[in-house]
Amino acid sequence: MSTTNKSWDLIIKPHGKLFSLNLKEIWQYRDLLEMYIKRDIVTFYKQTILGPIWFFIQPIFTTIVFMFVFGGLAHIPTDGIPQPLFYLSGITLWNYFSESLTKTSDTFLTNQAIFGKVYFPRLIAPLSVTITGLIKMFIQFLVFVLVYIYFIAKGTHIAPNLYALLFPVLILILAGLTLGFGILISSMTNKYRDLKFLITFVIQLWMYATPVIYPLSVMVGSNKKYMLLIEANPLTSVMETFKFGFLGQGTFSWFALGYSLLFSIIVLLLGIVVFNRVERSFMDVI
Amino acid sequence: MSEIAIKFENISKQYRLGSIGTGTLSHDLKRWWTVKVRGMEDPYLKINQVNDNDSKAGNDYVWALQDIDFEVKQGEVLGIIGKNGAGKSTLLKILSRVTTPTTGQIMARGRIASLLEVGTGFHPEMTGRENIYMNGSIMGMTKLEIKKKFDEIVDFAGVGRYIDTPVKRYSSGMTVRLGFAIAAHLEPEILIVDEVLAVGDAEFQKKAIGKMHDVSQYQGRTVLFVSHNMTAIEQLCSGVMLIDKGKILLTGNTVDVINAYLKTNTIVSGQIIDAMKICNNQIMVESITINESVSNMIEISPKENKLNIKITGKIAEERRMAIEVRFFDQYDHLQMLFSPGHLYGQIKLYKKGNFEMNETIILPDMLTKNEFRLTVDITQPNIEILVSFPNSVKVICKGIQGHTGLEFPATNCGLLMLK
Repeated sequence: MSTTNKSWDLIIKPHGKLFSLNLKEIWQYRDLLEMYIKRDIVTFYKQTILGPIWFFIQPIFTTIVFMFVFGGLAHIPTDGIPQPLFYLSGITLWNYFSESLTKTSDTFLTNQAIFGKVYFPRLIAPLSVTITGLIKMFIQFLVFVLVYIYFIAKGTHIAPNLYALLFPVLILILAGLTLGFGILISSMTNKYRDLKFLITFVIQLWMYATPVIYPLSVMVGSNKKYMLLIEANPLTSVMETFKFGFLGQGTFSWFALGYSLLFSIIVLLLGIVVFNRVERSFMDVI
Repeated sequence: MSEIAIKFENISKQYRLGSIGTGTLSHDLKRWWTVKVRGMEDPYLKINQVNDNDSKAGNDYVWALQDIDFEVKQGEVLGIIGKNGAGKSTLLKILSRVTTPTTGQIMARGRIASLLEVGTGFHPEMTGRENIYMNGSIMGMTKLEIKKKFDEIVDFAGVGRYIDTPVKRYSSGMTVRLGFAIAAHLEPEILIVDEVLAVGDAEFQKKAIGKMHDVSQYQGRTVLFVSHNMTAIEQLCSGVMLIDKGKILLTGNTVDVINAYLKTNTIVSGQIIDAMKICNNQIMVESITINESVSNMIEISPKENKLNIKITGKIAEERRMAIEVRFFDQYDHLQMLFSPGHLYGQIKLYKKGNFEMNETIILPDMLTKNEFRLTVDITQPNIEILVSFPNSVKVICKGIQGHTGLEFPATNCGLLMLK
């Protein structure tokens, strides 16, 4: 048994390290990641007439519904920002978060068949969902930009500022939160499936705790008792910073943004630790 | 050539029986408490339960594999045989990293790819072309490698015309062929094959065996091959390992291990009725005899080549029934069938209450020295099996002798001598 371990390419052991991200292996499987992303995007509009146009239609429809329900019926103010722009900005970010989170939290269940037969770094699956979501979000961001240009051309008073340059940071925070929460939940639903049902409700409620359909300033004035919850929500500062940067209205604080960033990193690390524990033995449990 | 490709060291795998979900949290906590916090031995690991599927285990934990310790040399084609549930697939699953061992470790040289089931991960909406890339990358090939092999794969699968059609429009045969073609063109140093030959038609199976032969013989790759098909194992493997109840029973020369395995498969002497499986509760069997003996060991000779089967019992309502007998040889191949109901189309009607069935099978008079295992069924032909006695009788056929007193064993003469 004294063979030097160095000469082996692969050693399979009962338990891995607590934290082993193994980026090298993920890099080796980058083609698979690419295929997964391609598959998700291509199959999204297979056998549809409008094809990729659906990527644009989705946020537009939701915006119209929001304008009718929250703007028209409920009269929730939008901080003086034109309603389409206000809702579109919220929807673009929120949709990415909610869709990707729902999908990643199902990782083990949907990929059961493949995971049970072939080995590849399991993280590829949730990672691909997060990236596919990002691509979709960029497409929808284009819709936002078009509407944005339209309103500026019309002469509406919008005051974008340098904080708009924080956009990539916002995306990173959001992606980290999505992936982190997603793999955390998927690791747990693997064993206790109750969570799967719970998560749909949680995501719905979560939207109302995030300034998607209302500006934060409204809440500060009228609903002080919920402020703690809303401020503890790491998505709040992401939404507000986005609106502040692009639309010139909203609340911005470095502290809140830093909190979200830290939150995102912690969730992501925690998610990876738990995911690593689960991925190795999930086949015996699922 | 003699370099070791895979080394298993004390591999064991424990499974928990029963439902997982409710109540596991408490078990998990208990386990975590004793092992991690108090630093004691895992209480669930100490139980020395073997992997025995028949007796209902009193304990919730079972060892699917225990102390598996062996090496595979590079270029070797190792067959793994054993009964269903012996732990063969678990072993391959651990090696292909789908699940982890509970104890021990495996060390391997080179890339491992498994051919556990062809067509895994096909997306029905994507075209054949897209699926080749998708499936190839799932198996661990890079895009460049797939591109190089692309034409070969399409050729082997014979789906050239349909390559840009969504896979959901493919026939099941085409899907399987495409799946196998991709897997067969992988170039891993270690290939794991589990029962793939069970799918596909005869022609495809031949192609598949041929391909596996090429892979091992000419390309020097190591292959681990699990199958119940002894003929395929004999053709392909340079060595065989026999697993039983999660432990290695025997390793060695292909023919020897296969023979040893087939011997474990034989019937233990007893009464025929012990093997009874009732499939319809409207019927009760009280006795079954062959040649007026309740024993399940029957000897026949060229002079005495009849089997008289008598079954008595009760039925709850009147029904048509017939006896069917299947003769399996030592390699588990079905060789002969006795079914008067199908042959003559006359099925006797039995009245409610007591019944007695009586059939005589007249065997060919030129049978060679051989052994058969019989499965006796009471059926309503073409409708259902009422009672079954699977693998219940061993028929020892003495076989004819030549004029010089020469014996003709079935192993080198076949089933019958011809006149």
